[in-house]
Amino acid sequence: MGQPITVTVNGEQRSAEVEPRLLLVHFLRETLRLTGTHIGCDTTHCGACTVLLDGTPVKSCTMFAVQADGQQVTTVEALAAGGTLHPIQAAFKQEHGLQCGFCTPGMMLTSIALLEEKKDPTDEDIRWALSGNICRCTGYMNIVKAVKSAAATMNAQAAVPAEAAAVGS
Amino acid sequence: MAVETPLKGVIGDSIRRKEDDRFIRGRGNYVDDISLPGMLHMAILRSPYAHARIRSIKVDAGQALPGVVAVVTGELLAQHKLAWMPTLSGDTQAVLATDKVRFQGQEVACVIATEAAIARDALPLIEVDYDVLPAVVDPWKSLDPGAPLIRDEKEGQTSNHIYHWEAGDKAKTDEAFAKADRVVSLESFYPRCHPSPLETCGIVADINSATGQANLYMTSQAPHAHRTLFAIVAGLPEEKIRIISPDIGGGFGNKVPIYPGYVVATAASLLIGKPVKWVEDRSDNLISTGFARDFHMRGEMALSDSGQMLGLRVKLLSDNGAFFADAQPSKFKAGLFHIVTGSYDIPTAFVEADGAYTNKAPGGVAYRCSFRVTEASYLIERLVENAAVEMKMDPADIRLKNFIKPEQFPYKSATGFEYDSGDYPRAMQLALDKLGYKELRKEQAEKRKKGELMGIGVASFTEVVGAGPGKHYDIVGLRMFDSAELRVHPTGKAILKLGVKSQGQGHETTFAQIVANELGIPAADVEVQEGDTDNTPYGLGTYASRSTPVGGAATAVVSRKLRDKAKIIAAHLLEASEGDIEFDQGKFFVRGAPSKAKTIQEIAFAAYTNLPDGLEAGLEGVTYYDPPNMTFPFGTYMVVVDIDRGTGQVKVRRMVAVDDCGVRINPMVVEGQIHGGLTEGFGIAFMELITFDEEGNCIGSNFTDYLLPTAWETPKFETFETVTPSPHHPIGAKGVGESATVGSPAAFVNAVIDAVAHLGITNIDMPVTSDKVWAALNEKGAAE
Repeated sequence: MGQPITVTVNGEQRSAEVEPRLLLVHFLRETLRLTGTHIGCDTTHCGACTVLLDGTPVKSCTMFAVQADGQQVTTVEALAAGGTLHPIQAAFKQEHGLQCGFCTPGMMLTSIALLEEKKDPTDEDIRWALSGNICRCTGYMNIVKAVKSAAATMNAQAAVPAEAAAVGS
Repeated sequence: MAVETPLKGVIGDSIRRKEDDRFIRGRGNYVDDISLPGMLHMAILRSPYAHARIRSIKVDAGQALPGVVAVVTGELLAQHKLAWMPTLSGDTQAVLATDKVRFQGQEVACVIATEAAIARDALPLIEVDYDVLPAVVDPWKSLDPGAPLIRDEKEGQTSNHIYHWEAGDKAKTDEAFAKADRVVSLESFYPRCHPSPLETCGIVADINSATGQANLYMTSQAPHAHRTLFAIVAGLPEEKIRIISPDIGGGFGNKVPIYPGYVVATAASLLIGKPVKWVEDRSDNLISTGFARDFHMRGEMALSDSGQMLGLRVKLLSDNGAFFADAQPSKFKAGLFHIVTGSYDIPTAFVEADGAYTNKAPGGVAYRCSFRVTEASYLIERLVENAAVEMKMDPADIRLKNFIKPEQFPYKSATGFEYDSGDYPRAMQLALDKLGYKELRKEQAEKRKKGELMGIGVASFTEVVGAGPGKHYDIVGLRMFDSAELRVHPTGKAILKLGVKSQGQGHETTFAQIVANELGIPAADVEVQEGDTDNTPYGLGTYASRSTPVGGAATAVVSRKLRDKAKIIAAHLLEASEGDIEFDQGKFFVRGAPSKAKTIQEIAFAAYTNLPDGLEAGLEGVTYYDPPNMTFPFGTYMVVVDIDRGTGQVKVRRMVAVDDCGVRINPMVVEGQIHGGLTEGFGIAFMELITFDEEGNCIGSNFTDYLLPTAWETPKFETFETVTPSPHHPIGAKGVGESATVGSPAAFVNAVIDAVAHLGITNIDMPVTSDKVWAALNEKGAAE
C-alpha cells in the first residue's frame, strides 16, 4: 500500500508512508499541512504549485511525492527564516508585486532560483524565467520590478561581508 | 539630505498593503486551505455530451467503492426539491441533471468520499445511459423554427428564444439614419472567454445536524447575497447560515454566481452530518462556471459628411448557453450594454437585444466588467475606428470632434444614462502627447511606403460602474446598496466591517485609508474585516467595480457620522460649544485655537470614560449607502503594433493608458489594478477563447487550450492619469478595477486594423491570432 519516503522539507526531515500516486503538492498541502503552496491548474501551466527541489523550481502538481524521496524541498513557509523576510518577500510587498496572493509563493520561489543563477537579471531574463508562472492580477510589471529590487538588495547584502573583510585587513 | 514626509495613510498615499504580510509568507487562508475534523470530499460527474436525454443512472458500483460515503443524483435531490435552482437572471438551472443534459460538463452526479482521490475514483464507476440528441451550438440556428428545443422542461417555452430587450428611441433613430450622409456598419463577435481566476471555485460546507447551524466557507464575491439565496434555494433558515468567504485567489466575476457544486456539497453535509469539501479542478472551472461575453453584435452609425455622429443603431444576439444565468441587475436583460453610445455625444440611439439558449455552459458573468459594459465599449470603439477609416479621418480627430464636451456634464445619454462627470478631450490629449502620436504617424507612413505593417490603435472608453442606485439596480430583488460599520475602541484603534469582499483588490489597506482621511485614525490602526456574514453588515458584494463607489462611500459616510459625535465629545472636553469645533487631520479644536486640540484617540477614550450628560457611550456606527447615481470612469488607451507579413504575428510595441477614475485612494493599488486589467484585456484581444465544435464539445477546457498571457507575451504598459472627481461620491472616487479590461481590447484590435485597413481589411474578430491575421492578409494578396 503505502511507500515509505523521507523528504527534507524546509530543512526538516519528514517521513511518511504515502500512496505511490500521491502528488508532491498533496503531500505538502495535505500530509504536512503546508498550505502556502497552491494548486491552480493541475496541468503544469500556472506555476502556483512551484516549490524548489534541491534548489530547482519544480511544479509540485506534476511530480509524485515518492519522486522527492531523499531530496530537499523548499516551500514559501521557509523563506522568512528566523522571522526576517527574504529580500524577495520584502520586494514583492514594497513593489506591489502581488494582489490576490495566490500565485505569489510560486512566483517568489521561481524568482529565487533565477537570482541564484543570475545576479543582475534583465527584464527579459526575469520575464522568461517567470513565463511558467501565471498571474491574473498584476500584469507582471510590478513582479519584474520586485525581482530586480530583490536582486539589488541581495547583491548589496553579499557585498557587505567582503567590504567588512577589506576594512578589517 | 532631504527628509521624506512620512506617509500618513490618508487618501492619495501609496502605503504598502497590509494583506501582503500574510500572502508573502504563504499564510493566506483560501478555501482549499481549510480542513475540518471528519471532513469528506466531493467530486462531480459531468456530462460528456452537449445534449442528451438521460435514460438511467446506476450508482451501485460507485457506491460500493471502499471510502465512498454517498452518491448523489438529481433524483435524490428532487426528493428534497433541490434538483433545480433559480439563476441570477430569473431563470432556473439544473443542480444535477434529471431529465436531460444540456451542455458538455453539466453536473450529473456527485460522489462524497473520505478522500478526494477516492471520490474521483468512483466517478467512472457510475453508469449513465444517455440518448444523445442533436446539439445546438450556433445561436442564430438556435432561433430557427424547428431547432431542437433545449429547455423542453420549461412550461410555455416553445423555442430557444430567451428575451427581447430594447433601449433608446427607434423612430427618432431611424429618422437620423434616413437623413444621414453616411452610414458605417460593423458586424462584430465578442467571443466567449472565461475569467479564470488562478484559484478555482470551492466550498467547505459544515452543517451541524444537532443545531442546524450551517457554516459555509466558500469562494464568494457576494457572501451576504449568497446567504439569502441559500436560504431561498435550500430552504435553510437564514439566521442559521453563516457564509465565510476567506482569502479569495482572484474573482473577476467568476465567483459571483451560485454553482451546483456549492448546493450539492451543502445538501450532502446536511444529509450526512459531516463537513464536505468541494474544490473544482481547472477543467471543472473552465467548462462549467461563469463564462463571459459571447455577444454577436451589429452596429451602425449615422454620420454627416464632416464626420459628426448623428445616430447609432445596434442589434445584439446574446448566446447565453443552456440556462439564462447572467449575473446582472434584474431589470436589464442585456446588462448595461445600452451604455453603447460610449464617450460620444450621439443625439439618438436604438439598441435591440435578443438572447438565445444553446447547448453550452451557462454563466454570462461580467469578466472584470460592469454588466456587459465591456462588449458595449468594444463595439462603439471598433465602430468609430471603422468610421474613421471610411471617412478618411484620423481616429483621434473623429473622437475629439464627437466627444461629450466637459461642459455638457452631467450628460443625459440617448439610452437613458446620466453621466456624472468627465473630461474626455483632456485624457485623449494626454495620451496623444505621451505616445508621441504625430511622430508615430510619420513613421507609419514611411514604413507603409516600404510595405511594412505598423498600426496605431485608439480607444476612448466610458464605463458605468458602482451600482445602485437601489431603485434601478437590484440582484434578484436585493437592492444594490452597500454597507460599512465602524467601531472605534477606547484606545483609538478601530475595526471597519464591510459588506463588500476583496479578491485581491487591497480593501484591508485602501478602506482603512478612507477612515484615516475622514477621522484621523492612522490606516495602520484600522482593521478591515470582510466576508463573514455573521460579522459584517449586509451588502451586495464586490463585482462591477462597486466596492469603492458604494462600499467606499459607505465607509466615508460612517466615518463622518463618528466625526460628528467626536465633535460633541471634543466640545465637552474643551468646554466649548459644539458649533465652534473644527476638525483637521485627526485633531479637534476650537475655531481659531488649533494649539489646544484633542486627538481622535483622546476623544475615543473619552467616549467610554468621560461623556457629556445625555450622550450615549461608545464611538461606533453603521451606514447603508444607496448611491444617487452610478459613476463613470473613462480614459484613452493607445497601442502601437508591428505586424509580420510572413507569419501574421502581431507584436505590441507600446501601450499608453490614461485612466481617469476620479480621486485615487492609493495610487499604487490603482496602478496595479490597471496593469492587471490591461493584461486581461491583452489576453482577450489576442489569446483567450472558449469555443465549441459542431457537437458542442468545449474547446478551451484547460490551460493548454485556453491561453492566458504570461510575463513573456505581456507588453509593458505606460500608465498616466487625469483626475475628474465624481461629483456625487463622498470622496470623489469612481472605481477602477475593470476600466482597463473594458477599454483595452478595442485599442489592441484597432491597432491591428489601423495597420491593415489600407489593404481593405476592416475587421478581425478576437482573439486576433497570427493565423487569422495571416489569412486576412493572404486573402488580400498582402501576406508574405
